[in-house]
Amino acid sequence: MMNNFLWGEVMKYDVVVVGAGVVGALITRELSKLNVRVAMVDKFNDVAMGTTKANSAIVHGGFDAANGTLKAKLNVRGTELMPQICKALSVPYRNNGSLVLAFSEKEMEHVQTLYARGMKNGVPRLSVVNKDAVLKMEPHVSEEVVGALLSESAGIVCPYELTIAAAENAVTNGAEFLRNCEVQAIREENGEFVLETSLGEIAAKYVVNAAGIHSDDIARMIGDDSISLVARKGEYYLLDKSFGYMADHTIFQCPNEMGKGVLVTPTVDGNLLIGPSALDVDDKEDVDTTPDGLEFIVEKAKKSVPTLNVRGAITSFAGMRAHPVTDDFIIEFSAKNDRFLNVAGIESPGLSAAPAIAEMVAGMLKEKANLTEKSVYTETREAPVRFRHMTKSEREALIAKNKAYGRIICRCETITEGEIVEAIHAPAGARDVDGVKRRTRAGMGRCQGGFCGSKVVEILARELNVPMNEITKFGGESKILFEKTK
Amino acid sequence: MEKRDLICVSCPIGCAITVDLDDNGQVISVTGNTCKRGDSYARQECTHPERMLTSTVKVEGGRLPVVPVKSAKPIPKELLFDCMTEINKVTLTAPVKIGDVVLKNILNTGVDIVATNEA
Amino acid sequence: MLNYDLVVVGGGPAGMAAALQAHEEGIEKILILERADTLGGILEQCIHTGFGLHYFGEELSGPEYAGRFIEQVYNTDIDVKVDTMVLDISADNVVTAVNNFDGLLTIQAKAIVLAMGCRERPRGALSIAGSRAAGIMTAGTAQKYVNMDGYMPGKTVVILGSGDIGLIMARRMTLEGAKVKAVCELMPYSGGLTRNIVQCLEDFGIPLRLSCTVVATHGKERLEGVTVANVDEHLKPIPGTEEYIPCDTLMLSVGLIPENELSKNAGITLDPVTNGPVVDEYRETTHKGVFACGNVLQVHDLVDFVTEESKLAGLGAAKYIKGEKAEDGVVHTKGENGVRYIVPQNINRATDKDVKLYFRVGRVLENVTLTVTCGDEVLLSKKKRKMTPGEMEYITLKAEVVKHLPADSTIVVSTKEA
Repeated sequence: MMNNFLWGEVMKYDVVVVGAGVVGALITRELSKLNVRVAMVDKFNDVAMGTTKANSAIVHGGFDAANGTLKAKLNVRGTELMPQICKALSVPYRNNGSLVLAFSEKEMEHVQTLYARGMKNGVPRLSVVNKDAVLKMEPHVSEEVVGALLSESAGIVCPYELTIAAAENAVTNGAEFLRNCEVQAIREENGEFVLETSLGEIAAKYVVNAAGIHSDDIARMIGDDSISLVARKGEYYLLDKSFGYMADHTIFQCPNEMGKGVLVTPTVDGNLLIGPSALDVDDKEDVDTTPDGLEFIVEKAKKSVPTLNVRGAITSFAGMRAHPVTDDFIIEFSAKNDRFLNVAGIESPGLSAAPAIAEMVAGMLKEKANLTEKSVYTETREAPVRFRHMTKSEREALIAKNKAYGRIICRCETITEGEIVEAIHAPAGARDVDGVKRRTRAGMGRCQGGFCGSKVVEILARELNVPMNEITKFGGESKILFEKTK
Repeated sequence: MEKRDLICVSCPIGCAITVDLDDNGQVISVTGNTCKRGDSYARQECTHPERMLTSTVKVEGGRLPVVPVKSAKPIPKELLFDCMTEINKVTLTAPVKIGDVVLKNILNTGVDIVATNEA
Repeated sequence: MLNYDLVVVGGGPAGMAAALQAHEEGIEKILILERADTLGGILEQCIHTGFGLHYFGEELSGPEYAGRFIEQVYNTDIDVKVDTMVLDISADNVVTAVNNFDGLLTIQAKAIVLAMGCRERPRGALSIAGSRAAGIMTAGTAQKYVNMDGYMPGKTVVILGSGDIGLIMARRMTLEGAKVKAVCELMPYSGGLTRNIVQCLEDFGIPLRLSCTVVATHGKERLEGVTVANVDEHLKPIPGTEEYIPCDTLMLSVGLIPENELSKNAGITLDPVTNGPVVDEYRETTHKGVFACGNVLQVHDLVDFVTEESKLAGLGAAKYIKGEKAEDGVVHTKGENGVRYIVPQNINRATDKDVKLYFRVGRVLENVTLTVTCGDEVLLSKKKRKMTPGEMEYITLKAEVVKHLPADSTIVVSTKEA
């Protein structure tokens, strides 16, 4: 399961992007269109394993960030780019709009403030609506609601699907993805960077530091200690699809003396997501859920949608946000070395802004290194086969072409063997059970992999030609099986 | 003299049974049971407890890498782990049929280990 | 489009018994659709013994019990398609299925028996806080890894839930060399059979901790330990009772849920307590010609009872196909005072057979008087020494008693402790 990497030989690239989250992957995709040798490296066994994996999956309107900040500018631009980028990459995106609910006249004042800020930020299709309008749009919202800010440009997208698609497209265009490649130190040699990694040494003319919660550590490797991040944990509940009807828009609350409030939102797959809590933690890898955090989000979410019931929960999870103490995105060449580009502190609205961040970063490197566009590249990424969404005749044609699409592996989500095999062999494909799950939804349904988990392990082992007990849940030591019983 | 407390497994009631044993381990009395089955369960359990043993055996060339097996009759409880050691040494070759003897007279107990599925 | 008299969805013990019974009743064209690659259902991985004591009068292992039915099925002209998943059942009983040798199949059936079994309740439904490390799995998943794939899914194990699968897996893992540290049970009593507590736990010195639950999981990649805590009478963890237990595996045996997605999509009414279809005495659902039996209908403790129930469904389906299923208004059933549910939920007054009312109680009851009433009339009364939620109970109503009840009346089964 190693990358095709030659030990002892230094790999050479023009640009190395450190971090394969949504930001890193979209940057790599932009760079893959240029005449430049680019690699994206990540310490994990897959893309989208950090902040990208667990967040609210929201494309924000752009009214939240203060005027004139990078956050405000890139949010509005990113939200504008999102529909077309999702279309090009065949990633589900829904322009469902968002509501910020007000439960008092005081909160209505806040809604007015947000409206004014949004208008200044250039947010399109923004309006203030009254109680009746809210309840008409969202019949399950609490009767206590007074009014709301409606942002019609807001939407939802699956962050890891976007990342997977971007990485696939980048690899198709010649970029490389090096997984299990942890950057441990960076030195300079003959005007180039040498990244000392867990896979060996990698030389790069330029480095893009998109290492998420670890971008401060990566910057420090070249003596740049300007980045100061706080690890902020957020916990979520994901509810069964049978609860998806409870919200159509993404429903926010006004911040009040009790804190920021939580959101209730549908997901592109039709589930209902509630969260997040917000807890600053010391351990950047601490994505454990806590009883208090989970209780908090349920209590808060019920204020918006009182009939919510966590008995419908199919899973809970926590994600880590990289909160910059400066409160704004950091996207600039390092003061220590102008071939080292920091893309750090990308907290909310980072997902919304990611397409704009990629555009900006590619532009900065293009100018810096005089990069030219490739004459031929693939702009789009074809949608993977989705048996469950197909018509009868499409299914027949598919199975006629490849029998593996006739074998259902995941019963709850109706995922075929063919889809799983495809996910494994895709560019930057799945190498572990969670990777298969994120690419195909196998194991994401009601039984949470109880039935299909062992079959997915079997298929991974067969396709990667390794014994079953080498297959992991998500790389590293997350192995599923020990030795043979006999 | 020794006293042993047992929960009867003969039926769902699960009577709490007390057995008095003499110094030679012989049953003197059984109390707390509410039926005959409880009495004989308690006597058996205190003098020579037996258990069915089920496990798997490695099989080559079969549909699955292992085939399930059981002891054809209960075996002395204290021999369970020793029997496992013996069972773990066996490798079969497909085809295997239900009822095939995998190990004859395991550890001289007079009990065979037999396959309980095809392979 | 294929045409069959009877299509049976699921080739486990329930589906096979229903198909065989219908075959015996003279139904000619029968098809069993099974999603796994062999008939037998979950029994294939239940290699322990204890099956068949009632039905065969012998102590068989799961594969042996299934094997007897598999052999019978293959000795008839019942058609079987394995590795075949049913995708949909339409209002006019057209079954759509898929496999990798026929592709998409559409089958017009005169009658359908649903026998899809059940699934295990996953971790998500429990909201245990902590990490998402590898090594947290349901007991059934672990059972498949050990008994069929031949791999150890863990070396040091904590089991949450003392249902029979959890208890059986405690013994299986121990025999294969793992160390089972504890079995934790949220309730003050075990959900498993006494025999299993003695022979799966006590025999191996595995502690059973009642009124105890797992409150957190630890470990970033593979599980490193769990925190357990005692719970109060409201089943809430008691602060200060937390204890850390190092382990690499947490097995969940916290309940089974009938797998009724197909039934739901077909518009069949489900019982909110059993999570299975609402049925009559022949196990016909609210969808004409569609029957249900086995764990898809109600979670059983013993496969012997699954077989019995499924034969009844097979018989009912045969009668339906032959146009012999009598209908003359129904009476309803209802559990009260500790009786959580009754199967069947409806009984045809014209029924030609005595009806066994199956039910479970909600807590452990002792010295119970069980009564069956309709209005003010006491139809039956029976004394029971002890009843536990872990054991399915039944009481038999004579056909002639049912006949005399007014249509649309309700039969109530209730308990009273002395």
